[in-house]
Amino acid sequence: MSDELHGEIRRVVAEHARLSVDVDTLADDSDLFAAGMTSHASVNLMLALEDAFDLEFPDRMLTRGVFDSVNAIAAAIGELNGLAPSSNGHQP
Amino acid sequence: MSVTVESDRTLLADVARIAAEVAAPAADAVDHEARFPIEAITALREAHALSAAVPEELGGGGATLEAVARSCFELGRSCSAAAMVFAMHQIQVITIARHLDGAPWFESYLRRLAAEQRLVASVTSEIGTGGDMARSIAAVTEEEHDVRSFEKKAPTVSYGAHADDLFTTVRRNGDAEPGDQVLVLSTAGQAELEPTGVWNTLGMRGTCSPGFVVRARFAPEQILAAPFSTVMNQSLVPVSHILWSHVWLGIATEAFERARAFVRSSARQRPGEPLPAAHRLSNVMAELTLLRSEVAQGLQDFTSEDEESGRERLLTMASILRFNNLKLAASEHTPRVCEGALEVIGILGYRNDGPYSVGRHLRDALSARLMVANERIHTTDAALLLIAKEA
Repeated sequence: MSDELHGEIRRVVAEHARLSVDVDTLADDSDLFAAGMTSHASVNLMLALEDAFDLEFPDRMLTRGVFDSVNAIAAAIGELNGLAPSSNGHQP
Repeated sequence: MSVTVESDRTLLADVARIAAEVAAPAADAVDHEARFPIEAITALREAHALSAAVPEELGGGGATLEAVARSCFELGRSCSAAAMVFAMHQIQVITIARHLDGAPWFESYLRRLAAEQRLVASVTSEIGTGGDMARSIAAVTEEEHDVRSFEKKAPTVSYGAHADDLFTTVRRNGDAEPGDQVLVLSTAGQAELEPTGVWNTLGMRGTCSPGFVVRARFAPEQILAAPFSTVMNQSLVPVSHILWSHVWLGIATEAFERARAFVRSSARQRPGEPLPAAHRLSNVMAELTLLRSEVAQGLQDFTSEDEESGRERLLTMASILRFNNLKLAASEHTPRVCEGALEVIGILGYRNDGPYSVGRHLRDALSARLMVANERIHTTDAALLLIAKEA
């Protein structure tokens, strides 16, 4: 997983996840929902990620767990780009 | 629905008898006096129906969701309040049974529930959250090493004063975000309910659901360990929508049957004459058929999604939309069927007495759109629709 990918995810998270804390204070595996992201904000985050990375998350990946941390999002994007063979998008 | 399991057959036979012989005769008094349907719930206790959904290895009936849903439907035809109390209790039991993950405290609780036929109420809504079940203000507080507590201001707690135990949503701790919730099962003696009003409503009067301030002190192991969002999406919400909609289908079916009985009686009195009411009844039947199909399909979709992929699919937005749509459709069609039945019957349906009265059914049915307001569900769905691909 490249630093560039994580950096871009963090930029989109900062703009759309409406966290109650600064995203820079969170680790890559910190739970974004525990950091204040609401279900509604998570939908906006997913839309923004689709736009930023020019991809579409299929229905099977549209679950809370796939978007609950920077690492989880990176794994999901990696899977869609054929980079990581994760079956469900979750970080191990 | 075909029933192949022996435990299911026993449950359905008991519930059919209780619905007809106990719940139905008391339904008008329960409604009129806005009192708890004590005789029906007592009879269900005696038949061990309160533990129908507890696994057999924990001393319960091991009934399937289909059989529990069918029971809600049967009771709904007789007494909406008894049916809704039964449904809400089963929702809590099924949720615990599906997510206890072998936790010793919860296993022994379900054994105790089965042995003592304990009634569980839920405390999910909270003043200040705008009806959003996914957020809490009240939080778990650490009192001492092995004691936790919370205080929650609930605008409604259905049959709160009549329940043995309470299943309550609260924030994980005082620092947690509003959405970072846990479920706490407090037993009688651990919780104190201070009523903040009376329950005097248009319908569903026998559910006795006034507001309470709930204060509880409990042990840490009484907090369900499974993540709340998983519990909510895999069980609490879809099972609620399935069992509620079966209660509502029961109410609509009874209103329709009263209209049909009225039309038959009219036809017998004037054989051979044109009968405009029969024509209207046909319209109501079409509406009821749609309702019945959606309720049956909702249950079937849940069962198949539950069995495939270790419940994973139930976590998807497509699945959340699907079971929200069941609630929206069933809650909107049910009062329409009742209203249609009223138009077929006319003044004898509008009267509060007599065999063709459907006022109670219509009033009870109107609660369906409000218990978790459809407007709130539409708001959620509107957001999910932006990203979900197939629903």
